[in-house]
Amino acid sequence: MNVDAIRDGIVIDHITAGCGMKLYRLLGLEALDVPVAMITHAVSAKRGRKDIIKIDAEFPVDFDVIGYVDPGATVNIIRNGELQEKKQIEMPETLVGVIACKNPRCITSCEQELPQVFRLADREKKEYRCIYCETKAAGL
Amino acid sequence: MTKRSIIDVPDLSLPELDRLMDTAEDIIARPDDYADACRRKKLATLFFEPSTRTRLSFEAAMYELGGNVLSVTGAATSSAAKGESVADTAKTVSCYADIIAMRHPKEGAALVAARNASVPVINAGDGGHCHPTQTLADLLTIRREKGRLDRMTVGLCGDLKFGRTVHSLIGALSRYAGLRFVLVSPEELKVPSYVKNEHLKKNGIPYLQTTDLEEVIGDLDILYMTRVQRERFFNEEDYLRLRDSYILTPEKLKKARKDLCVMHPLPRVNEISVAVDDDPRACYFKQVLNGKYMRMALILMLLREAGKL
Repeated sequence: MNVDAIRDGIVIDHITAGCGMKLYRLLGLEALDVPVAMITHAVSAKRGRKDIIKIDAEFPVDFDVIGYVDPGATVNIIRNGELQEKKQIEMPETLVGVIACKNPRCITSCEQELPQVFRLADREKKEYRCIYCETKAAGL
Repeated sequence: MTKRSIIDVPDLSLPELDRLMDTAEDIIARPDDYADACRRKKLATLFFEPSTRTRLSFEAAMYELGGNVLSVTGAATSSAAKGESVADTAKTVSCYADIIAMRHPKEGAALVAARNASVPVINAGDGGHCHPTQTLADLLTIRREKGRLDRMTVGLCGDLKFGRTVHSLIGALSRYAGLRFVLVSPEELKVPSYVKNEHLKKNGIPYLQTTDLEEVIGDLDILYMTRVQRERFFNEEDYLRLRDSYILTPEKLKKARKDLCVMHPLPRVNEISVAVDDDPRACYFKQVLNGKYMRMALILMLLREAGKL
């Protein structure tokens, strides 16, 4: 399968196979009116299979979202057809406005203008907790 | 000068906890020295949920420091009924008061208030989440009764699943050395795994889980009884079945040590027989009094830090 190289844009590579669509959704890529390619289960020498997202335009990528969904992914910024920058993604210490607390007793359940903020509670377990009520973030 | 709020016990370091307890003991010893400590200062008690003990304790604390109290009780009589946010309430009340004590049914409400108020906020209970001043009362009670907070066996009995005071006390005591916990509850109301992982397993603190109070009561230095809370159950049948799981009676206390300290965050329903009240080991009403002294110490600390005293 061939997907053309991009000239100015972003490639999110080494996404864990099966996580690509979650990233696509959380990054809000469906709202873009530029070409976006989603490749799932591509062959990877290192990982066996991986997903890849190519965005054929400059786009303010939210690295925190990628770090939350798949901290093993890499982000390549392409300019004039050349690799301008390669970023290794890490889990963010705080996650703002990405996911919502599901606890009906949380203050965010009735005051919906409050920012949804989660903190990284356990890096090993990839566990985030709501800063208001400490409820564990539900899986994606 | 820093405005600081207290949302949960870990907001206080161990030296700060010690200093608060020292201040509380000094207040007990020399109350007249503190009678004007907060003169012309105002505490706003914002209680959006029913409470007798905690609100009165905060108010009594402020009056005994020579300060004044502005009080809101019940969401129905406040601007919250008109839909005002916690953030706006906190900003508004900051214009009138020097310090705020707030109870709210929603978890995290105190943090929102603290982030928006320009004066210190003390969490007086946010739903089932935190109730730090109860834990401060518990710590002072243990220190006064036992003369220490380390090297002892602490039994917690009753609803260990939903009881926020239990989780908070385990967290606070797990910072002291030589502790051992005995967790007595029905299977359905055991301490949640995350509390055990975060405080006991992580710190290598030994603990025993059992359903049999009588079997372990003789090993305990502290017995912390809790109420099975009706409001936590969806099913009345389960509540009624579990409510009477553990009732502490003079008969059961015969097997306990002479220097056992029996505690309870109150209110009790029937989990401690009234006949136990006369036993010198019953410390739960002392706990109520200690709560007031710790709240006095906390109000003083926060007002001093904020440069208001």
